[in-house]
Amino acid sequence: MGSLLLQRLGEMIFVMAGISVLVFLIFFATPGADPAARIAGRNATPQVLAAVRHDFGFDRPLPVQYALMMKRLFITRDLASFVNRGQAVIPEIVEATPVTLSLVIGAAVVWVAGGVSLGIAAALTRGTMIDRALMLLGLIGISMPVFWVGEVANLITQSRLHDTLLFRWVPPLGYTPLSEDPWLWFKGLLIPWMTLALLYIGLYGRVLRAALIETYQEDFVRTARAKGLNETRIMLRHVLRMSLISFVSLFGLDFGALVGGGALLTEVVFGLPGVGKLTFEALQTLDLPVIMATVMYASFFVVAANAVVDVAYLALDPRMRK
Amino acid sequence: MTGGPWATAWRKLRADRAAMIALAGFALIIIACTAAPLYATYVSRTNPFKPHLDGTITIDGRTQDIIQAADNPLHLGSAPIGPTWHAAYLLGADGQGRDIAARLLYGGRNSLLIAGTATLLCLTLAAMVGICAGFFGGVIDQVLSRLLDILWAFPVYLLAISLSIVLISQGLRIGPFVLNADDLLLPILIIGIVYVPYAARPVRGLVLGMKRSDFILAARALGVPSWRILYRDIVPNVVSSLIVFAPLIMALNLLTESALSFLSIGVQPPQASWGTIIADGQTLIYQRPLVAIAPGIAIVLTVLALNVLGDGVRDALDPRAKLRVRG
Repeated sequence: MGSLLLQRLGEMIFVMAGISVLVFLIFFATPGADPAARIAGRNATPQVLAAVRHDFGFDRPLPVQYALMMKRLFITRDLASFVNRGQAVIPEIVEATPVTLSLVIGAAVVWVAGGVSLGIAAALTRGTMIDRALMLLGLIGISMPVFWVGEVANLITQSRLHDTLLFRWVPPLGYTPLSEDPWLWFKGLLIPWMTLALLYIGLYGRVLRAALIETYQEDFVRTARAKGLNETRIMLRHVLRMSLISFVSLFGLDFGALVGGGALLTEVVFGLPGVGKLTFEALQTLDLPVIMATVMYASFFVVAANAVVDVAYLALDPRMRK
Repeated sequence: MTGGPWATAWRKLRADRAAMIALAGFALIIIACTAAPLYATYVSRTNPFKPHLDGTITIDGRTQDIIQAADNPLHLGSAPIGPTWHAAYLLGADGQGRDIAARLLYGGRNSLLIAGTATLLCLTLAAMVGICAGFFGGVIDQVLSRLLDILWAFPVYLLAISLSIVLISQGLRIGPFVLNADDLLLPILIIGIVYVPYAARPVRGLVLGMKRSDFILAARALGVPSWRILYRDIVPNVVSSLIVFAPLIMALNLLTESALSFLSIGVQPPQASWGTIIADGQTLIYQRPLVAIAPGIAIVLTVLALNVLGDGVRDALDPRAKLRVRG
């Protein structure tokens, strides 16, 4: 087990290094473009251009540039934005992280609860019209672009039905920190949570239903029935528990991907100042140091989540340890 | 049962009522979008690419307002017209006074073209990478698998956004090969690349499994050369599993394209796509919500049809195939 963990750790470091090289190449070595011109902005003077070129080491070979960039990102951590002169990038990301975490953790609670209910309800009524209707609903959830759902949710809760009893409580778009006003934090995030969770409720409900129905065919379910256990107990203690293994691994990957930038569109639509919104604003101004730092941060989060899932898998399923 | 495995699969698919409805709906959407120029020329008789900021348009001697005083109590500011009962501006106008219905069809043409071509590109690349890695093994497999690992760990949307921002701001220039920033090939290329690991990994696994199977070993023992095994046995099997992936990948591509265009780093103006129309409608959302809602409904219907079709194709061809998908 120890050597396996060590091997996983090695793979993780390899993938992270690979991603950093890839991001670096995308932003700084695309053929036919001068990265210094991009960092300095659209109408920079030749002096500024020369300064940028020297500062980032663009007059030196690519491997040196890469090393310099990594040093600024992880060791000295003084990478600065070029659009907002001198603004350090790393503290900005650190500041935005709690917003993204609030959004994603809340949404995860909603989608796990919703996905499990949907999956169980569909598996219990399998073959009937209810099952088919539930699965169609799930499929519709998967098929909707999240930013569009957000727009429509805004339209309903901020404008059209805002003055009715149903949505009067919805605060204006924006974010209130949890430490400042927990109740306002909750109210402001409830609609974004549900929007973000919608897709995953459909996805997880469908995955769980398939896993449940597959598990129902297993011998141990027949044994449980033969022992005289009632159906609820068989469902909750035996079938669901077994089916949750695939659910857990899926969850880790999706959670990582969302914290690592997948929530960008939701943050933009609801005006939540998280890491995704930071990336989006940097995109508008072509602020390459910020984009590069957020992308790097995001991919590392995904890799870390992958590693955690692997370890959790080992802990959950003893058969995997061999 | 007569006919080959394809005939059997087609028969199974035809018996699947949901899949056939989805297929018909999808075909209808494609036909409608392909006919966009016909609609603009003969039905609505509007030019969906020309802004009409002066506020009126004259068709057959009948003058129609496009941008009117806003319907707030004081009539402050102006707003494009909403849905009408005329063929022109059936769904109303956008912020620049252009016909939404006609733009919707033109936009759909681009969205479907990008998603479809990107799907072909993605599956072709995935087949090549997966077959090379699985069949040749050794160092080739090591290198390709590691590359796939890296791409796999890269969040899809971030990879697409990173590539788009670099390519769309500058265009792509490799030697004599030049792509301008507003070329539709750019989003196709970007979207075609980002989902390659999702299809290439299962293909590699499939080829690895087949390589160890008895029928390939038997062929080897009989002295059949590698290239012949490759194209007689391996490729047909890979193709059938790729066909299972095709509708699902296309659904993902369509969503990715709309997201990129929504962020204004996909299809570039004056061209339209469903994503850019939603972006246009974002500023009008409280005044004329239909501008953003209509393309969204088009996306949902198309993606839904593709997903239902994908389920049907999977059941017909390969009930065990699984495609891991995450945002």
